[in-house]
Amino acid sequence: MRLSRRASLSRCSVVMVNDPNFRPWDDPNTKPLIDIQNVTKKFGDFTAIDDLSLKIYPKEFFAILGPSGCGKTTLMRMLGGFDAPTKGSILLEGQDLTGTSPAQRPVNMMFQSYALFPHLSVGENIAFGLKREKMPKADIKIRVQEMLELVQLSELEKRKPHQLSGGQRQRVALARALAKRPKLLLLDEPLGALDKKLREATQFELMGIQEQLGCTFVIVTHDQEEAMTVSSRIAVMDQGEIAQVAPPETIYEAPASRYVADFIGDVNIIEGRVSTTKENAVFLDWHENEVSLSALSDQSFTIGSTAWLSVRPEKIQIYKEPPQTNNAIAGKVLDIAYLGNVSTYHVELSNGQVIKAQETNAGRSANRGIDWEQSVWVGWSTDAGIVLSQ
Amino acid sequence: MNTRFSWFNATSVALGFAFLYIPILLLVIFSFNESKLVTVWGGFSTKWYSALLQNEAFLDAAWVTLRVALITATVATVLGTMAALVLVRSGRFKGRTLFTGMVYAPLVMPEVITGLSLLLLFIAIGMDRGIVTITLAHITFAMCFATVVISSRLVTFDRSLEEAAEDLGASPLDAFFSVTLPIIAPAIVAAWLLTFTLSLDDLVIASFTSGPGATTLPMKIYSSVRLGVTPEINALSTILISVVALGVIIASLLGKRADINREI
Repeated sequence: MRLSRRASLSRCSVVMVNDPNFRPWDDPNTKPLIDIQNVTKKFGDFTAIDDLSLKIYPKEFFAILGPSGCGKTTLMRMLGGFDAPTKGSILLEGQDLTGTSPAQRPVNMMFQSYALFPHLSVGENIAFGLKREKMPKADIKIRVQEMLELVQLSELEKRKPHQLSGGQRQRVALARALAKRPKLLLLDEPLGALDKKLREATQFELMGIQEQLGCTFVIVTHDQEEAMTVSSRIAVMDQGEIAQVAPPETIYEAPASRYVADFIGDVNIIEGRVSTTKENAVFLDWHENEVSLSALSDQSFTIGSTAWLSVRPEKIQIYKEPPQTNNAIAGKVLDIAYLGNVSTYHVELSNGQVIKAQETNAGRSANRGIDWEQSVWVGWSTDAGIVLSQ
Repeated sequence: MNTRFSWFNATSVALGFAFLYIPILLLVIFSFNESKLVTVWGGFSTKWYSALLQNEAFLDAAWVTLRVALITATVATVLGTMAALVLVRSGRFKGRTLFTGMVYAPLVMPEVITGLSLLLLFIAIGMDRGIVTITLAHITFAMCFATVVISSRLVTFDRSLEEAAEDLGASPLDAFFSVTLPIIAPAIVAAWLLTFTLSLDDLVIASFTSGPGATTLPMKIYSSVRLGVTPEINALSTILISVVALGVIIASLLGKRADINREI
């Protein structure tokens, strides 16, 4: 019974995130749930958030992604009301939140440390916020049961937090934060303390719960895989500013800058000068005596300007003979890393740059007859890469 | 770590504990002595304990001591909690180091100096010396101990617990009383017991700051001993030792329990 429910939860969530029709950010008539307007946050001389604007829409699973110190936690704490913006304002359903305390906001937070009250049982932890709301006792009981069922901890209602495993604590923290039915749930690195297997299972569960409750989730994480898996959109942050906001596939396939391309996944970046542009293809001269490389871009470039070609390792093929593709460069194999499902080849080009090419090991024999120090060619099609201006 | 039994270790431990506890043990044993001579064993008896209950002077002193200790422990714990909150919570403010140092300094100040300076203060402001001045003096030095005990607990207290409470709709005051206080309660009780026992057995500071009519038990014992040790004093001391030991044991047990809760 329980297993089947869990399975159905994760199935519908997968549909949800991949649903091409769920794009409220493209519809100018949709009112944002959260509207962050030109927010700046300074701690003394240090600017943690620099003139940041962002809209988050109802029912989104929004991820804020960035390295530590990029300001993502500060941004989240301002949404929760724990820090006040130095400049700018945050609107929730059009209402300015400036000056309202965390207690007054229909926003709840799941803390990184879970912050479970150690002297209260699981049930009392979940009921804490409901009691403050002056909800009748009978209703509190029903709601607590509901929440326990949602996170599948019904048998553990009487336990104290120190009698729970890490995964169970995480669920209690989630149930407690969701008990008041907030309009917005903030999750601060919610899965950071779990091991990899449990983390992956919990990611799908989170998506299921979010789908079931129809609540808006904002998750802060430094784990790009986590952000890619759960979210409808990702905001990549860099030193207090937003580098790009887009759905996961856009972030991966059409990064706005080298910073974003490099932060998400593995990437090869080749610097060059724009020689010609044809329709949306851009040609780059990257080294004398070598053919120019081509890739797509929606940006416009002036001839002669510096640009960077970004191409993912899994989109690069490796050849023993000169190939017929557009972008073919000769090189020498430096290193081969066998990872089981894939092998990564490090190929040194004539200018000394090393290109990573990843080949899927479709057959059981991974041996392609390519060896260390061997002369090879790497190549990719024009639509495999993207040209970036910054 | 080598935990094997060895004769050398066993002997060291035995000698160490003997050095510490044989005098106290002797005192306890001789409090049950039938004979009036302190050093000659005359059989088991509890008559000195009943004699103690007839001794008005001792009972008066005990009552004074108890009142002083109760008030001292309560006030010092409240003040200590407040000081600890400021020390741990308010981050960096101007003069924080100075403030920290000033709170901790009386811990290492010789009692004679604390007593003398308090005496001078009370004379200077024309305060009549008695039970009030003893209590004030005790609060002064006991508060530092309470601060140390409570702030060591507060340092490891996860602030996000309070934030979580506020996030769930509690006011800052509600968050303090429903989350912070229950969690640091063991440390507060431990601080209370510690300051209670400190006040109970203080002789030096009480001697400086007491006046006529306000004699504490340690002062009474000290003055009686100068006229000769009686088994009655032994009995009284045994009772004092029991009370203090009980306080210390409960305080350390509470500290241990707090440690278990802290592991979350």
